[in-house]
Amino acid sequence: MPLLEVKNLQVRVEEREILHGLSLTVNEGEVHAIMGPNGSGKSTLSHVIAGKPGYEVTGGEILFKGEDLLAMSPDERAAKGVFLAFQYPVEIPGVATMTFLRTALNAQRKARGEPELSTPDFLKKVRSVAASLNIPQEMLRRGVNVGFSGGEKKRNEVLQMALFEPSICILDEMDSGLDIDALRIAADGVNALRSQGRAMVVITHYQRLLNYIVPDYVHVMSKGRVVKSGGKDLALELEESGYAQFEDQAA
Amino acid sequence: MPAELETVERVRRIDVDQYRYGFETIIESDKAPKGLSEDTVRFISAKKNEPAWMLEWRLEAFRRWQTMQEPEWARVSYPKIDYQDVYYYSAPKKKPELASLDEVDPEILKTYEKLGIPLREQEVLAGVVRPEGERRVAVDAVFDSVSVATTFQKELKEAGVIFMPISQAIREHPELVQKYLGTVVPTSDNFFATLNSAVFSDGSFVYLPPGVRCPMELSTYFRINERNTGQFERTLIIADKGAYVSYLEGCTAPQRDENQLHAAVVELVAHDDAEIKYSTVQNWYPGNSEGKGGVYNFVTKRGDCRGKNSKISWTQVETGSAITWKYPSCILRGDNSRGEFYSIAISNGFQQVDSGTKMIHLGKNTTSRIISKGIAAGKSQNTYRGLVSAHRKATGARNFTACDSLLIGDKCGAHTVPYVEAKNSSALFEHEATTSKISEDVLFYCVQRGLSQEEAVGLVVNGFVKDVLQQLPMEFAVEAQKLISISLEGSVG
Repeated sequence: MPLLEVKNLQVRVEEREILHGLSLTVNEGEVHAIMGPNGSGKSTLSHVIAGKPGYEVTGGEILFKGEDLLAMSPDERAAKGVFLAFQYPVEIPGVATMTFLRTALNAQRKARGEPELSTPDFLKKVRSVAASLNIPQEMLRRGVNVGFSGGEKKRNEVLQMALFEPSICILDEMDSGLDIDALRIAADGVNALRSQGRAMVVITHYQRLLNYIVPDYVHVMSKGRVVKSGGKDLALELEESGYAQFEDQAA
Repeated sequence: MPAELETVERVRRIDVDQYRYGFETIIESDKAPKGLSEDTVRFISAKKNEPAWMLEWRLEAFRRWQTMQEPEWARVSYPKIDYQDVYYYSAPKKKPELASLDEVDPEILKTYEKLGIPLREQEVLAGVVRPEGERRVAVDAVFDSVSVATTFQKELKEAGVIFMPISQAIREHPELVQKYLGTVVPTSDNFFATLNSAVFSDGSFVYLPPGVRCPMELSTYFRINERNTGQFERTLIIADKGAYVSYLEGCTAPQRDENQLHAAVVELVAHDDAEIKYSTVQNWYPGNSEGKGGVYNFVTKRGDCRGKNSKISWTQVETGSAITWKYPSCILRGDNSRGEFYSIAISNGFQQVDSGTKMIHLGKNTTSRIISKGIAAGKSQNTYRGLVSAHRKATGARNFTACDSLLIGDKCGAHTVPYVEAKNSSALFEHEATTSKISEDVLFYCVQRGLSQEEAVGLVVNGFVKDVLQQLPMEFAVEAQKLISISLEGSVG
């Protein structure tokens, strides 16, 4: 059984159709890259999988571990193992990062019927993950993402990914706003989380990110559809030829 | 017990079971007949075995009240109150003259238990001896209108602290009561304070002799528990020279479908170098999902920094009541005195809050600080109304005010009405205000990480009010944090 199956997905936002029958199959352990120009529907796909309000699914389905994902609330999806790394992580003033991590982790565990993590166990876990990502303890005491640099925000996303141990990670434009050093640190963090049981969907406009997170499959999206799929070489090919050819194809 | 079941059933029928702390305890009560007249005032005074001067004081207030008009300037609207349709006195019938909580009616203890309050009381009940040095809380429990039990009395007595029901203080310490009662909030102050002066039933009295630091936090839990009974608490706290006290007041009320009038008066007096910290968590019944019922809360709270270097600090967490009309204030009379006001006011459903503070700078180099956090959800209206004034002789007066409002949904309102008056050219007043809406993106971020919609709102709001929560004593801060999440249940989605 595939981990994630998107079948003929049609999505509208305020009467305008954004996705016109998109299909995608992701198996455990696979890393898929989704590339495409601005406005091709990449972010819409990630939002619909995570359950962001404001999108109307008018056709098709999404199965996650064989279950109807669209019937679940966003927090249920998170507890089932869907993680979306945000392009622009939000700031939550007054809520210490540590508090946020703990509240979220325990909410997920509770939803799965697991016991809450004890304080020492939790701290141990956070500290070891934070150290591997070069995140100082002081950052964890600050409000969630408040005053964080672009790189720190992305590292905080990877930290959560490592902590929550999701089955699928969707990285939405992880490279946006990052310089090359920050990108490398974040990408190393992601690579460390690649495993047999975990899949990743890497959404990006540029090939650059895929030098660091090397995908198994590459899909090109244009105008709300996947117009071409291939191996990692497809990304390199795109770098040379650009998206223009696919735009014609989709139209 | 069939009567209890019936209560539970009734509560369920009127669809107000959203209010977690709503229930009614069945205790026979001894009440004055409905309505207000000189006879009512005399009845109350007689019930309390008050001396003649006290009755005279009440009657004078009552006569004045009859000539007064109910104020209408606040941004609240409610059906006209028929003051003749209210009970002004009710007391638990099994008249308590108790040495300890053991003797308290078990029904009352059960009520506290349902409130989730009783941990420390239960420890006291079970005779648990706390380790030396651990922070303790003395509880003067006000059930309906009469104080039914007082704990830690002995230790407080050894420290020289007088902490007792005000009715008892009137009998046992008339010289103190006469010296201070009505000196901060005079009987003529305002419609509701005057009404309170005439009919107040009970409340707390605290006196700290010079140089005494109160060895424990003092706390009172108020409950309104009699159908259609006005609740008129009167609290008087005096910190003599160099004394310090922290007083906690927490309130919840049972479910009901008729409006309840509440008009309390709190007076604080701080002499030279004294400090009073007064914290409130208020969670009275806010009315049902259609805006019916709920407590009308018209409160006059004022502190007088009478001596030099004195300090009074108000911290409040207001989550309940259908109508809140409340402006805990400081009169900064002594030179170098300081007033603080930290407030969290949450309104949901059809609640209306008009709350704020007054900082009256009279002495030299007086300072004040106001941090107000208003959160409006549902169809509620939340108003901050404040006055900061420096009088002619208040050289070097300083104030900092920050008023932040947070809106949840698009059917509620937040309003800020600050009055600033500086009659002394050396006064320095700063005012900051922000209004923001809880963002969909922030909520989605939280639910994507596994929090439910309601947990997410609770978390974001607790972050918003953090500066104020930090001002509360530790044990209260935890309760308040829970309360904030509970009060916002159903505000989204």
